[in-house]
Amino acid sequence: MLDDKDRIFRNLYGLDDWGLDGARRRGAWDGTKTIIEKGRDWIINEMKASGLRGRGGAGFPTGMKWSFMPKESTDGRPSYLVVNADESEPGTCKDREIMRHDPHLLVEGCLLASFAMGAHACYIYVRGEFIREREHLQAAVDQAYEAKLIGKDNVHGWPFDLYVAHGAGAYICGEETALLESLEGKKGQPRLKPPFPANVGLFGCPTTVNNVESIAVAPDILRRGAAWFASIGRPNNVGTKLYGISGHVNTPCVVEEAMGIPFRELIDKHGGGIRGGWDNLLAIIPGGASCPLIPAHDCADLIMDFDGTRAVKSSFGTAGVIVMDKSTDVIAAIARISYFFKHESCGQCTPCREGTGWMWRVLTRMIEGRAHKREIDILLDVTTRVEGHTICALGDAAAWPVQGLIRAFRPEIERRIDEFTRKATLDDQGILDPAHMIAAE
Amino acid sequence: MSVRRLAPKELQPASFAFREETLAFAKQQIAKYPEGRQASACIAILWRVQEDNEGWVSEAAIRAVADLLDMPYIRVLEVVTFYTMFQLSPVGKKAHVQVCGTTPCMLRGAGDLIEVCKHRIHHEPGHVSEDGDFSWEEVECLGACVNAPMVMIWKDTYEDLTKDSFNKVLDGFASGNLPKPGPQIDRHNAAPVGGPRVLTNGGQPGTAAGPSAPKEPVLADAEPKKQTEAANFQERPAPKPPADDATKKGNM
Repeated sequence: MLDDKDRIFRNLYGLDDWGLDGARRRGAWDGTKTIIEKGRDWIINEMKASGLRGRGGAGFPTGMKWSFMPKESTDGRPSYLVVNADESEPGTCKDREIMRHDPHLLVEGCLLASFAMGAHACYIYVRGEFIREREHLQAAVDQAYEAKLIGKDNVHGWPFDLYVAHGAGAYICGEETALLESLEGKKGQPRLKPPFPANVGLFGCPTTVNNVESIAVAPDILRRGAAWFASIGRPNNVGTKLYGISGHVNTPCVVEEAMGIPFRELIDKHGGGIRGGWDNLLAIIPGGASCPLIPAHDCADLIMDFDGTRAVKSSFGTAGVIVMDKSTDVIAAIARISYFFKHESCGQCTPCREGTGWMWRVLTRMIEGRAHKREIDILLDVTTRVEGHTICALGDAAAWPVQGLIRAFRPEIERRIDEFTRKATLDDQGILDPAHMIAAE
Repeated sequence: MSVRRLAPKELQPASFAFREETLAFAKQQIAKYPEGRQASACIAILWRVQEDNEGWVSEAAIRAVADLLDMPYIRVLEVVTFYTMFQLSPVGKKAHVQVCGTTPCMLRGAGDLIEVCKHRIHHEPGHVSEDGDFSWEEVECLGACVNAPMVMIWKDTYEDLTKDSFNKVLDGFASGNLPKPGPQIDRHNAAPVGGPRVLTNGGQPGTAAGPSAPKEPVLADAEPKKQTEAANFQERPAPKPPADDATKKGNM
């Protein structure tokens, strides 16, 4: 288990003061000026050396992302840092704890990251539903302004303004270019890439979009050194990470743990074990709703990091683990995720707009078994026609859970179809009549 | 995607006027963005307008916001219909209940909460109860998955609910004796039931404030706020926006 002294978020549960005094007592804002005096290149190299991979789901190396920003503005365009606090993936609720209980780590991280990429302004885009969290964050920003830690002429000698903005309930705004659109006061519909935000981002200026956790861990990495961070976890999957454990465990919680912690240890130590014992486990979704589920037999030796989850054909995502025990109707659970993506599709690309709804309708029939077995293959085929054929990754995210379901639970789907067919009576037509089936959609 | 339409004509008020405070707030919001980028403040202002307008956005309000921000009406209409937290028709006076129904909550019994809503408020979401006090809807993930199942009423979340405790929360809203937000069981925020298993010294190296004696945060907001109290009430006049904006200079 990770030692308490290696934890970055020491007020994760809000037991201590989240304001500036409490944050200072826990070590925030300590030696920030010394770090800035070491220069931009030192910070970026240190971030690269720490091996920190973005905590928003894709796992792109943070230091490298920062280095893509133009060193100097040649055309008068300012650079921006935008922090993605639009945490809306089902199963993920880690950034919420940072914003409401340790907001100063994020504020300090914003200053350091902005300095490293030559930005004088930063926007934090908080999801609309996080109202209290936004208040805490804004209060922390105000405190930092008052203490002259940030602002036009602050004690750190890098003019820097920090603004808190918010959305109003759209999952898609967690996609970086949709987020930028939303920040510009438009519908959150993702932009085509290229041009990438590092060239043409917010208001047409070079922009880097980072997850809350990636930014909030930066000050501690720079204070304690890249080597400390890189020493935790496995190569290529280093550092500490906030895990969220939800679903059928005895004590759901958010906890900071080392990358590469075995799944079983995570669940037993922090989640209080699976409801009804380990053998009652049916499947898990390892990192937020868009990751394909992992059936129980792959969970026994599962390592919770980027490579460990990829080894079982899933992905690490944001490490928000959703646990399902054997009482779960797994098809209904995935159908509900499909409904989520149908609801949240922005409607821009046809494969996603139409495909998400189609997949949900077919899955809804499969819950009761009102389907043909060949439709399972059709469904699988449709997911591959959505995946990779859309502007942003929402299409992929909608396809993966369905693919994961079919991969792991095809016998269960077939069993239900058999069951339904067996129970069907003669006047219950439609079972063998494809035309009726389509009408029933 | 979700198809959302404005409320029918007969529900729409004829006009909308900003309150003094809302205009001041709008000014503050616009100041956050570079010159000529006032449209960026659109969502924040609409949010405040919704609070002023009994929890929903009318067509007249949409036009007023568009005029204020010098935006075409259609752009603001787009925003209001795209973002699902903007209510397009009247909601309950005492409480508009948003039940999270997405998988993590569903696994832990969000279905029960929806049943309660159906019986107590209206058998269909999006309708106001007979006395006009309550309304409910099922929403997508509200981001408190480890505290599932949960609902959001106005600005606060009520977490770790059961049928009984949810009924108590609704009773509280009905009688005006507002319940305490957060977990409705013996639990501290996102810490596991039974107290934190890590950070047992309250996060302070060297001090011994155990989990049994949770210190009240200095800036506590345990009391629920009324709907009309602004979410962003702590905001002070925003500092000046970054001086330059690329597109203004024709660099695009």
